Amino acid sequence: MTVQEVRLCGLLLQEHFGEVVEKVGTLMLKNGAQNLRTILHETGMSVDLVKKSLCVLVQHGACLFISGRKGPGSPTEYRASCDQILRILRYPRYIYTAKTLYGDTGELIIEELLQRGHMTMSSTVKKVADRLTQNMEEGRSMDYSEVSSAFSSLVETHFLQRCPQLGGAAMKEGTAPADAVTPAAPAAPASTAPPTAESFSDCYKVPQVTLIGRGKRQLASEDGEDQRNAKRPRMDSEVHGDEGIYWQVNFERFHLHFRDQAIITAVANKLDQTSSEIVRTMLRMSEVTTSPSATCTKPLSANEIFRSLPAGYNISRPILDQYLTLLVDDPMEFVGKAGESGGGMYVVNMHKALTNLARATLESVVQERFGSRSARIFRLLLRKRHLEQKQVEDFAMIPAKEAKDMLYTLLSQNLVQLQEVPKTPDYAPSRTFYLYTVNQLSTARMLLQNCYKTVANLMERRLFETKDSKRLLEKSQRIEAILASLQASGAEPEQLTEVEEMITAPEKQQLDALRLHINKLDSAENQVDETIFLLESYINSTATSAS
Amino acid sequence: MAGRGRGVGAFTFNIEALGIGRGSMPEARVGPSPLFPSTDFKPVPLKASEDEDYMLALKQEMRGTMQRLPHNIKLQSNKSEVERYTERYLKQSQTEDEEWTPDWKLFPRELMPKKKQSRAKTAGTKKKTVKIACKDAADVLTKLDELAKKDNEKSDDETEKKKTGEEDGEDEVEAEDFEEEDIEEDNDYIESYFDNGEDFAADSDDNMDGEATY
Repeated sequence: MTVQEVRLCGLLLQEHFGEVVEKVGTLMLKNGAQNLRTILHETGMSVDLVKKSLCVLVQHGACLFISGRKGPGSPTEYRASCDQILRILRYPRYIYTAKTLYGDTGELIIEELLQRGHMTMSSTVKKVADRLTQNMEEGRSMDYSEVSSAFSSLVETHFLQRCPQLGGAAMKEGTAPADAVTPAAPAAPASTAPPTAESFSDCYKVPQVTLIGRGKRQLASEDGEDQRNAKRPRMDSEVHGDEGIYWQVNFERFHLHFRDQAIITAVANKLDQTSSEIVRTMLRMSEVTTSPSATCTKPLSANEIFRSLPAGYNISRPILDQYLTLLVDDPMEFVGKAGESGGGMYVVNMHKALTNLARATLESVVQERFGSRSARIFRLLLRKRHLEQKQVEDFAMIPAKEAKDMLYTLLSQNLVQLQEVPKTPDYAPSRTFYLYTVNQLSTARMLLQNCYKTVANLMERRLFETKDSKRLLEKSQRIEAILASLQASGAEPEQLTEVEEMITAPEKQQLDALRLHINKLDSAENQVDETIFLLESYINSTATSAS
Repeated sequence: MAGRGRGVGAFTFNIEALGIGRGSMPEARVGPSPLFPSTDFKPVPLKASEDEDYMLALKQEMRGTMQRLPHNIKLQSNKSEVERYTERYLKQSQTEDEEWTPDWKLFPRELMPKKKQSRAKTAGTKKKTVKIACKDAADVLTKLDELAKKDNEKSDDETEKKKTGEEDGEDEVEAEDFEEEDIEEDNDYIESYFDNGEDFAADSDDNMDGEATY
């Protein structure tokens, strides 16, 4: 965990869960696994608040707890997971992906689950149906069964998974055995390791849920109705048959989807739409057969690919062969040839693809920060691995003085490394080769940290901007509230315009400018996260392929 | 290198061979680089598309909702502050703050807030036992007294004195009984004084709800 990561996590926690949780979370990130007493002592906050914060963190999967790590009877220890907290940054993207794949229903399901950490299927379906009904025209409503089927298909494609049940170890941890909460606790292995979601078999099994009904529309205008609605959740103790089975968003599955999308768009940009469709088909075919961490997909024969191509694409067999040859010959090496049988066996090489995408990212960062000529030097070093200074100047065809300047700038920014190779053991400069090189992995790591820093800076700036014009924002909020209440009570249009005019023209200008700035900053956060995702998956894939 | 004058040519070799020639070196840098260096290259504009706009809206909406959910824990602000005019309207939009009851099966037991009701109950039973104990002790004492008196009766000769004495004694016993009951009612002091430590701060945290809700 680096300083940048902790800082960003702190900001994210503060923004989404408030200051108290932020304090507890940062402390846990900094100090590793701790028990409740230590956390209490270190934060110096009230027991109640700390407990609540821990609950919130556990609820959102941002904190894991292990009991009895140091032998039986030792206190429960809590550990915050940095990765999980950083996922908050990607929430909009998950939701948007769900929308593109499963429409509005999918979008709302994912959104609700992300907002609440984990939920049962029945409560999710109810909430989503209610929300969808709210947005429909008067007199129409959303059927629960429709939402349930969307939910089931999300589970089938592994975008959702069951929360790991608390293992037997944690159950036994209770002081008195008499007050065990559930006698029907699943027979999970009582290990000290935290249970992972994949570890039990029915993690993608949808339980039998009896849900009949339609989404209800909330009528906010009537007080009586409001009260009844407020009371409803407590009255609503019907049994749906899925109590105790909680669902969470499977981030890994989303990441696989993002990775595939990145590869497909890269192919589309590099070659053309048709070849990207071919790659998409290959990826879709191997979705089930290939394990998520594999470096390349299972070999697919050209015949199989031809049969699985979507019908709408009029690609004849010879053209497909030509496209496949083209893809194999491409220097980006997205697609590789694994054999000649069955009209040629082809694989999509995930690791190579990610490496090349990450490299392209590094190159473009150098290009945008230091200019195209520095980028030329950088690319040269990436291709030739080790070069002496003189060689760099010659190969890059840049005047010696300028080339040195650029090279040293890159070196001082840690984008380029220097390797000494002495001819004699005394490292005498006259008898030593000084070789410049680029280590892609470490550079990617550094860049990733820079990205974290960037996002944290962006957030900080946004907070500053909002703080600066807090008064103005409050005023506009207030006026909006007044307008809404006036409209509800059926006020006359003159009255409304009168209220609207309470914000003067310069104030309005200021507000618009502020909104523009904040939108820009928010958008920038989203887009930096794309780079973060690419670099993270490259680093992870290198780690798995090396081991 | 030894014996050479300082300053001139610290190297024993021709540095030109390394490609470091006179005038071809960049200027030496003194001190740390500036905090906000002037950028030679302007940043690329952000991508603008419908996707990005939608994700931006999602992000802002998400942030807004998360701040209104019960998961967002706020520091208790000073209640003594005057309710401001703005808050009256803000409250209306933020009243969807529903309560959140986590499923305690998924959480460590120690995080569960203690229930006040159960505590009150245990305190009640404790009081009762204390009372019973007091009563028992008093009973024993009276019995002993009676026995002692009976002994006296037996040993003493039968005189008129003793009859009156006996009556007196009986009266005394009744009086004693009466007194005991009085004491029992009155010695609330002792009960409240008796503190087994469990009641500590039971009254002070009024914010602890019976339900484990947030």
